[in-house]
Amino acid sequence: MSILRKLGEVSLDYLYRMGVMGMFLLKTFFYVFTPPLKINRFVKQVHFIGFQSMLVIVLTGCFTGMVMGFQGYNSLSKFGSDAFLGPMVGLSLIKELGPVLSAFVVTGMAGSAITAEIGIMRISEQIDAMELMGLNPYRYLVVPNFLAIIVSLPLLTALFDVIGIFGGYLVGVKLLGVGAGTYFGEMVSYVDMNDIMEGVYKSLSFGIIIVWVCCFKGYYTGVFTGFGAEGVSKATIQAVVLSFVLILVWDYFMTSLMF
Amino acid sequence: MIEVENLHKSFDGNKVLRGLSIKIKKGEVIALIGGSGCGKSVLLKHMAGLMRPDQGHVIIDGNNVSTLKGKKLTTLREGLGFLFQGGALFDSMTVFENVAFPLKEKTRLSDKLIDERVFHELENVGLSGSEHKYPSQISGGMVKRAALARSLVTDPETMLFDEPTTGLDPVIGLSILNLISSCHRRLSFTGIIVTHEIPRVFEIVGRVAMLHDGVVRAEGSPKEMISSSDPVVRSFVGEDAEAWSLCEPERSGSQDQ
Repeated sequence: MSILRKLGEVSLDYLYRMGVMGMFLLKTFFYVFTPPLKINRFVKQVHFIGFQSMLVIVLTGCFTGMVMGFQGYNSLSKFGSDAFLGPMVGLSLIKELGPVLSAFVVTGMAGSAITAEIGIMRISEQIDAMELMGLNPYRYLVVPNFLAIIVSLPLLTALFDVIGIFGGYLVGVKLLGVGAGTYFGEMVSYVDMNDIMEGVYKSLSFGIIIVWVCCFKGYYTGVFTGFGAEGVSKATIQAVVLSFVLILVWDYFMTSLMF
Repeated sequence: MIEVENLHKSFDGNKVLRGLSIKIKKGEVIALIGGSGCGKSVLLKHMAGLMRPDQGHVIIDGNNVSTLKGKKLTTLREGLGFLFQGGALFDSMTVFENVAFPLKEKTRLSDKLIDERVFHELENVGLSGSEHKYPSQISGGMVKRAALARSLVTDPETMLFDEPTTGLDPVIGLSILNLISSCHRRLSFTGIIVTHEIPRVFEIVGRVAMLHDGVVRAEGSPKEMISSSDPVVRSFVGEDAEAWSLCEPERSGSQDQ
């Protein structure tokens, strides 16, 4: 009986947390679409999330494309299809690897920082202070991050794709001898606008997941994750892990819907 | 006028407030004393609408804070100032930006007027010259002063002080209490001070309420609390307060001079 009761308590606790998390997302959407928007904070966050992640995106994209060049050539040459290296690299990057890996980079770099910043503001009562001034913390802490990620992540994904395709070109064409015309020509034939839009939709939805999870975990530091520095540390770890898992799960559902 | 009626609050089964009731008149400054964990700060957060009671209510000027939401709660909070225990200054902003923040966000004053009011408020709390420093670059006492300036810059009708002297040395602590007293004389706000600073806080308040086991155990003037026969009050207020009481004629004399 006590095991059943415990199970019930844990289930109710999880349901409650999911409810609070769902309400957090609904409130965020509400405040995103109602003025005023804190423009300065939005621009600052675009710089932080977008500009400061660029170098890592370029490096990750380049090396991912180069690995794809090697692995793709290795697999395709077994069937005498190495001419299709371009479409293989392009489609893999645009539809799958670009959105997912860019989202991972942004989660690791910006998402964790967002959770830690909001979490520290929560435990040092800065959010309470804001509320007592009659100000809405969502407008200052959540909405600018939400919009900044919506703007930045698809652009970072596009950058990742382009650099990745260039990385594949370096290995496939310059190192392994696939013709440059074949590499790009076949890519143009097989990659269409729907594939590009699939990548855009994915990166937009991944952006919402990142900002939702990371802001929520920071905002509720002390409520769901304990107090003090340890609470912020736990919140940050949970934000990153949960974002990664949700991104992969959501990626499966989106891929199956667009298949 | 602040009325707290039959307030109950518990956390994970631990009952902190057990039917607490108290009335605070407009313009009065009252000290809330009591042992650690007796619910003083919890009571203050209920008054500010940061916590919702399990039962009972807090009424400020006819508005039930416990049930207010949205714009009505925002309007009520605009008349409140809250000095947090740790200051709660925005650590990414300078002292000046912190004090100017509520004016910039909540009023339509020109930049020039805002600058004037902020400099004036910083001067009042003795922080002239520290405007461009960040909270991490100033001492604990200066953080409290800056936080006090930020709370007062919007001319609140009610000020809530959550342990304003905790973590400060006795000299700085006393200067913060004197500062609160001078601000009260200047602005005539209703003040509630949660503190362990006994007996020094007795010099600046008209009334003291002692919380024990989640209710108000005793209340009265500082003199009445010192001469109380209640063993709980006596054990908390202690001999220091009695010594303080005996020294009162001396203090009055020095103040007259």
